[in-house]
Amino acid sequence: MSDAVETWTNVGRLEDIPRLGARVYRSARHGDIAIFRTAADGVFALLDRCPHKGGPLSQGIVFGEQVACPLHGWTIGLADGAAVAPDRGCARRFAVRVDAGQVMLQVDRRVQDEPEVERCVSQAT
Amino acid sequence: MSDDAPRQRLVVVGNGMAGIRTVEELLALAPDQYAITVFGAEPHPNYNRILLSPVLAGEKTFADIVINDFDWYARHGIRLLLNRTVVNVDRARRLVVADDGTAVPYDRLLIATGSTPFIPPIPGHGLPGVLAYRAIEDTDAMIEAARVHRHAVVIGGGLLGLEAANGLKRRGMDVTVVHLADWLMERQLDDTAAALLQQALESRGIAFRTHGETRELVAGESGRVAAVRLADGETLPAELVVMAVGIRPNTALAEAAGLACQRGILVSDTMQTYDPRIYAVGECVAHRGVTYGLVAPLYEQARVCANHLAALGYGRYAGSVTSTKLKVTGVDVFSAGDYMGGDGTEAIVLHDAKGSVYRKLVLKDDRIVGGVLVGDTTDSGWYFQMLREGRSVAEWRHRLLLGRAGCVPGETGSDVASLPDTTEICGCNGVCKGKIVGAITTQKLTTLDDVRKHTKASSSCGSCTGQVEALLAATLGGSYKPADASRKPLCACTGHTHEEVRAAIREQKLLTIPEAMEFLGWNSPDGCATCRPALNYYLVCAWPHEAVDDAQSRFVNERVHANIQKDGTYSVVPRMYGGVTTPDQLRRIADVADKYRIPTVKVTGGQRIDLLGVRKEDLPRVWADLDMPSGYAYAKALRTVKTCVGSEWCRFGVQDSTNMGIDLEHAFDRMWTPHKVKMAVSGCPRNCAESGIKDVGIIGVESGWEIHVAGNGGIRTEVAQLLCKVKTRDEVLEYAGAFLQLYREEARYLDRTVHWVRRVGLDYVKQRVVDDADGRRALYARLLDAVAGQPDPWAARAEGAQAREFAPIAP
Ligand code: SRM
Ligand SMILES: Cc1cc2nc3c(=O)[nH]c(=O)nc-3n(C[C@H](O)[C@H](O)[C@H](O)COP(=O)(O)OP(=O)(O)OC[C@H]3O[C@@H](n4cnc5c(N)ncnc54)[C@H](O)[C@@H]3O)c2cc1C
Ligand code: SF4
Ligand code: FES
Repeated sequence: MSDAVETWTNVGRLEDIPRLGARVYRSARHGDIAIFRTAADGVFALLDRCPHKGGPLSQGIVFGEQVACPLHGWTIGLADGAAVAPDRGCARRFAVRVDAGQVMLQVDRRVQDEPEVERCVSQAT
Repeated sequence: MSDDAPRQRLVVVGNGMAGIRTVEELLALAPDQYAITVFGAEPHPNYNRILLSPVLAGEKTFADIVINDFDWYARHGIRLLLNRTVVNVDRARRLVVADDGTAVPYDRLLIATGSTPFIPPIPGHGLPGVLAYRAIEDTDAMIEAARVHRHAVVIGGGLLGLEAANGLKRRGMDVTVVHLADWLMERQLDDTAAALLQQALESRGIAFRTHGETRELVAGESGRVAAVRLADGETLPAELVVMAVGIRPNTALAEAAGLACQRGILVSDTMQTYDPRIYAVGECVAHRGVTYGLVAPLYEQARVCANHLAALGYGRYAGSVTSTKLKVTGVDVFSAGDYMGGDGTEAIVLHDAKGSVYRKLVLKDDRIVGGVLVGDTTDSGWYFQMLREGRSVAEWRHRLLLGRAGCVPGETGSDVASLPDTTEICGCNGVCKGKIVGAITTQKLTTLDDVRKHTKASSSCGSCTGQVEALLAATLGGSYKPADASRKPLCACTGHTHEEVRAAIREQKLLTIPEAMEFLGWNSPDGCATCRPALNYYLVCAWPHEAVDDAQSRFVNERVHANIQKDGTYSVVPRMYGGVTTPDQLRRIADVADKYRIPTVKVTGGQRIDLLGVRKEDLPRVWADLDMPSGYAYAKALRTVKTCVGSEWCRFGVQDSTNMGIDLEHAFDRMWTPHKVKMAVSGCPRNCAESGIKDVGIIGVESGWEIHVAGNGGIRTEVAQLLCKVKTRDEVLEYAGAFLQLYREEARYLDRTVHWVRRVGLDYVKQRVVDDADGRRALYARLLDAVAGQPDPWAARAEGAQAREFAPIAP
C-alpha cells in the first residue's frame, strides 16, 4: 500500500445508518454508493446499482452479510458484491471502515486486493 | 499422488447434465487428481434440464432446478468459464479454444456437448415467436409469450412437445399440437395407449391435429409469427410456435477436431473417442451405434467415464435399456423396451377405456421385453426391473397384469417396505432400494432433501418421490413426516411452518423478531428476505398495539410508504374514498404535480390518481402539500374499494353503493393483511364495480346486500364466491370485517384471500363468519381494535418521522 495515497472520506456517523439497513452516499464521481450496516455492525459499501437491472440496493432487506434487491429480489453478497446463485453479476465494491464511530469511505479507488470472482468476470461477456 | 506433483488438467466442454455428472462421480473417486476447467455455452450453473417442464407448468422455479450452484464449483476448485462456446480443439497441441479467445491446455478432455433441437426447414421457421424447447431461455420465452399472447401451436407430439403443450395450457394459452404421425408419442406408445393419452390431454383443453403436416409459418403485421398453415389447407392462429420434432447430437466440435462421428461421437465401452485422451458422454455420443436422449443411460455413461478418468479402469458401459415417463401432473404414462411387439412375441393386455387404464406387456419366451402403462403406473418399476433382469414370469403369467400386489402373495402394490433391496427406485440415477435404506440408517437422514443429497434418488425427474418418501416413512417409522405442502417450513431459516410460527407468537406473546427467532430456534442470525417480512406481519397482527413493527424487515414500499419504480423513483397514490373526489383535492394534486415536476399523473385501475416518478427525498414534502391520506397502494393492506354510482344517481341502482364503499374504506383503512386486499361495492347485479373479482365484493340487491369473497382479478382470474346475504349497512361491515380478520389471523403471509379460502374451504369460512354469531362479533371486534388509533403514515412522515429514510447520509 505504499505507492497509492489513500484518501478516506468521512461520510457520517455509524449510528446514522440503521442496523440491518443502509444509507446512501452521493458521490460526485460514481453516483450513489450504498453503505450497509449488518446486525453485527459490519459495514460494507457497494455502488447502489443492482447487477440485474440497476435497482437501488440500499433500499433492500439486509440479512446476514447479504441484501435482497428491492426490484426483483436478487440476493447480493455485501462482502464481494456478487449475486448469489443462480443469478450472476457483481455490484462494484468500495473500501469502507469505521473509525471511532465515523464511517470512512474510499471513493477514489475500488477494492482490488482480492482477485475478482470468476463469475463476475464471465458476466461481462 | 504426492502433493507437489503437478495435477493433470481435465477440461470439460459442456456444463450440462452428463458432463457435470461425470465430474461429480470423478470427485467422489479421486478428488485431487485433476485441475478441472469447465466450459459452458449457457450462462448458468448446471441445472436439471428435465425439470424445465415443471418450470414451464409453473410448478417449480429456476432456482429449484439448479443442481450445482456456483459455490459448488468454487468449493471443488473447479474453474467455470461460462458464456463461452468452445470452437476448436487443437489435438496436436492439446489445447481447446473458445469463441472469446480463451485457450486452455488439457491432459484429458471430456466432450459433453449434448444435442441441439432439430428445426425443420419449413418456410417461416426463422420468424420471431418460433422457438425450440431445450434451455431455460426457451422456457422463459414461452412463459413470457403466454403472458401476452393467446394462441400456441406445438409442432411434434412426442414427450417434449406434450410437456410443452401442457405447460402452455396451464399458463392459459389455447394450445394445438400438430403431429405428423398417426398417433402421439409413436416411438413410445402403441395406438391404444396414445388414444387414451390424447383423450386425457383433450379433456384439459389441448387440441390435436394428428397426421398434421406443417406447410408454412405465416408472419403477422408485426413480423412475428401469426399462424401455422397445414398441408390440408387449415390455418391455425399462433403467436407462439414451439418446434419439438426431435434432437440432433451436437457433434460439430468433435467433427472439426477430426474425431470419428456417425450420428454421434463414436465412443468405446470406456467412453473414449478415437483419440484416447478425449472422452465423450451424453446425448452427443453414439455408443455401439445407439444414441440416447434420456438421462438414466447418460448417468451410467458418466459413471463409467469417471471410473476410467480416475484410472480405476474396471468400468465398462454395455448400453442401456430405456424407459420413459411423461411428466404431466395427473396423466401417468410409462413405456419401456419393445412396446409394440411383433414376430415371436405375445402381448397381454388390460384395457379399461372408460376408466382410462391400459396395461400392455410384451413377452418373449415368458420374459418381459417391453410394455406400456397408462392411467396407473405404480407397478412400472417392478415390471421394468423384471425386464432388465430378463427374469421369467412364467409362475404368475396369468396374474401379471394385476401388478405386484396381485402376483406376490401378501403384498400390496404400494408397500415399498416389502420390496427386495435390489429393486431400482430411481430410474434416472439408478438407485436401488438397498442404497436408499442404507443411507437413511447409516447417515441418519430424516428428510426427502437429505436423501436426495446423499443418494441422488428422486433428484432428477422426481417421478419416484412418492416411493422415496414411503421408504423414509417405513425406515424411520412414526418419526417421519412427509414434506407435504401443509408441512412446508416458512423458509430455509427454520423447520417450522407458518402455522407453528403464528401459534408460538400468540401463545408465548412474542413481541419482537429477535424474540420469535430465539424462541423458535431460527437457524440463521437474522433470517432472510422471506421470513423477516412474514414474521413482522405475524407479530403485528397478533399483538396490534404491543409488537415492535420493524421497519428493516419490511419491503422498501412499506418502509417508505410509496411504490418503488424501475428507475428508483416512487409513486404516490392518495386515498380517494370509494373513488369519489372533489375539485379541491384535484387542485391540490395538480399543484403538487407542478411544484415537484412530477412527470406522470395517471388514473389507476382502482379509481384514483397515481403520481409517478417522485424523487425519494421529495416524498415527505409531497405528502405534506397534498394533505390527503395514504392510499396504501404499496402495501399488503387495504388497497381500494371500487364503487359504482349506485342508487343515488343510477336508474337501476337499488342500494347506495358509493357510500357503502366509502364506509368500508374508512373502516378498514389502515389494517395490515397477509397480502393486498381489494374490495368493491356495486349498486345492483349489473355489477359495474366488478365486485365478482374482488377479495370482498358487495352487490346491492332489492332486499339488501350480497357478500362475495375470495375473488381475484390478477394473475389468474378467480370469481368470488357468495358468502351470505345480509340486510343492513352495519351487517355488511360486520360480516366483511369478520371475514377479513379471519383472513388476517389464519392465512399465510403472501396468500391472497383466494389462496387461503381454497386451502381451508368456503364451508369453514362460512361456519366461522356466518353460522357462529358470537365468533363473528369477536373477530370483528379484534379487527376494529387493531386499526383503532393507527396514525396516517404520510401525515406522520410529513411532520418529520423517519426523516433519515428519505435523505442521503451526507450531503
Ligand atoms: C397503479 C396500478 C396500475 C394502473 O396504473 O392502473 C397497479 C400497479 C401495480 N400493480 Fe397492480 N396495479 C393496479 C391495479 C391492479 C388491479 C385492478 C384493481 O385493483 O381493480 C389488479 C387486478 C385485481 C386484483 O389484484 O385482484 C392488479 C393486480 C396486480 C397483481 C396480481 C395480484 C394477484 O394476486 O394476482 C400484482 C402483483 C402482486 O401483487 O404480486 C400487481 C402489482 C402491481 C405493482 C405494485 C407492481 C410492483 O410491484 O411494482 C404496480 C405498482 C405501480 C405503482 O408503483 O404504482 N398488481 N393491479 C393499479 C393501482 C390501483 C390502485 O389504485 O391501487
Ligand atoms: C424439456 C425437456 C424435458 C426432458 N425430460 C426428460 C425426462 O423426463 N427424462 C429424461 O431422462 N430426460 C429428459 N430430457 C432429456 C435430458 O434433459 C437430456 O437427455 C440431458 O440433459 C442430456 O445431457 P447432456 O449433458 O448430454 O446435454 P445437455 O444437458 O444439453 O448439456 C450440454 C451442454 O453443453 C453446452 N455446449 C454445447 N456445445 C458447447 C461448446 N462447444 N462449448 C461449450 N459448451 C457447449 C450446452 O450449452 C449445454 O449446456 C428432457 C429434455 C428437455 C429439454
Ligand atoms: S402496472 Fe400492473 S399490469 Fe402494468 S406493468 Fe405493472 S404490474 Fe404489470
Ligand atoms: S434490479 Fe435488482 S433484482 Fe432486478
